[in-house]
Amino acid sequence: MITKRIIACLDVHGGRVVKGVQFVDLVDAGDPATQAARHAREGADEIVLLDITATHEGRQTLLDTVRRTARELFVPFCVGGGIRTADDAAQVFEAGADKVSVNSAALRGPALIDAIGRSFGAQAVVVAIDARRDPTAADPVRDAEVFVQGGRKPTGRRVVEWAREAEARGAGEILLTSMDSDGTRAGFDCELTAAVSESVGIPVIASGGAGTVEHFADVFGRGKADAALAASIFHFGISSARSLKEELAKAGVSVRLPC
Amino acid sequence: MRVTVIDYKAGNLTSVLKALRHLGAEPEVTDSDLSVVDTAERIVLPGVGHFAATERLDATGLTLAIRSAIARGVPFLGICVGMQWLYAGSSEAPEQPGLGHFPEKCTRFADSTEKVPHVGWNSLEVKKGSRLLTGVEPGEYVYFTHSYKGPVTADTAATTFYIEPFVAAVEHGSVMGVQFHPEKSGTTGLTILRNFLSWEAKGTE
Repeated sequence: MITKRIIACLDVHGGRVVKGVQFVDLVDAGDPATQAARHAREGADEIVLLDITATHEGRQTLLDTVRRTARELFVPFCVGGGIRTADDAAQVFEAGADKVSVNSAALRGPALIDAIGRSFGAQAVVVAIDARRDPTAADPVRDAEVFVQGGRKPTGRRVVEWAREAEARGAGEILLTSMDSDGTRAGFDCELTAAVSESVGIPVIASGGAGTVEHFADVFGRGKADAALAASIFHFGISSARSLKEELAKAGVSVRLPC
Repeated sequence: MRVTVIDYKAGNLTSVLKALRHLGAEPEVTDSDLSVVDTAERIVLPGVGHFAATERLDATGLTLAIRSAIARGVPFLGICVGMQWLYAGSSEAPEQPGLGHFPEKCTRFADSTEKVPHVGWNSLEVKKGSRLLTGVEPGEYVYFTHSYKGPVTADTAATTFYIEPFVAAVEHGSVMGVQFHPEKSGTTGLTILRNFLSWEAKGTE
């Protein structure tokens, strides 16, 4: 039986894992390679590394980080942040990523999705979407607005419509972050996640708002998510993917156990 | 131990090479040098993406070289599209023939309410007697990402259920294929790759 994936997310800044709320008050949370290996050992089904600085100067640092992190990692490994061209993606794959996540650059030039998919396969392209509910829209959820630049800049695009275009262009998965929920630890936005998941035929990874085991059970059930991203919940030894999955199994969610 | 990895420009090989090296193998990559295949001790054909990419194997002469190697008894492992290539073809690219080592064709998952591609960790039902899957317990999980699949037959070494039962692993003599990604399947995947690498190589002297 197919299982729901628990994905450990590492936000990386200048080659170090960091944690903050809404990109503010960043706290050092360790070495990416060490953290990724620990998450894999502790049962994470996949690792996502997001370069939250993503400056041009930082490219080489990122590639070194990806190379070191990938070396002893034998679960799927996705890298995002600052991937602007198919060449950028190629370098990240070469360094050991299995998938790349694209966001702002794909909104600026959606053909980037087609280009990466053509060279590396649709399974290798994750389109990350940051969306905020739009109370002025006819349907505030389906018409949630898509933002770029870490949530600072509105694009005018609507979440369901953009997710469908991404799929049509050959995206393999959608990584959906609810800006309303992100950083709150009050639960995922299940309505938003379900609206997107039911509108596309590719897997949707839910992100933003995880605080408890029940939040995960909820987004896999009501939210119809195929996978969920966990970041802060794993940091500083609060919990492990394994213990999270053991609790989810008790709640009737199909997860990879033992792991 | 030497292992020849075929590069036909479908996706990246980094993860497969990394896993093989981790297990102590010395992978040698070729995208056109037939002499490497002619002297191979073991062959791995990875692959992600579209079945049409296997056209390059025909164009470079690799198909014939691999066919000869298989006939000599050289152990062969196809991964994902590399497994599908062992069949007669795939409805993903009907005009492109596969190797035809297994006479059936691969097809897309049937329409249903489930999502296609099938992405994620799913469990294996291992058939008794599979050498490739020695040491893999019933229900162990491996990582899949694919939209096309092989039909269950007597050569099927393991099945997985998604929409319907499909081929997770195929094995006939020294010719093997896995639909999942052993290089991305944690310790279970590494066990399977280790089984392949320790396969007794024949006919390479």
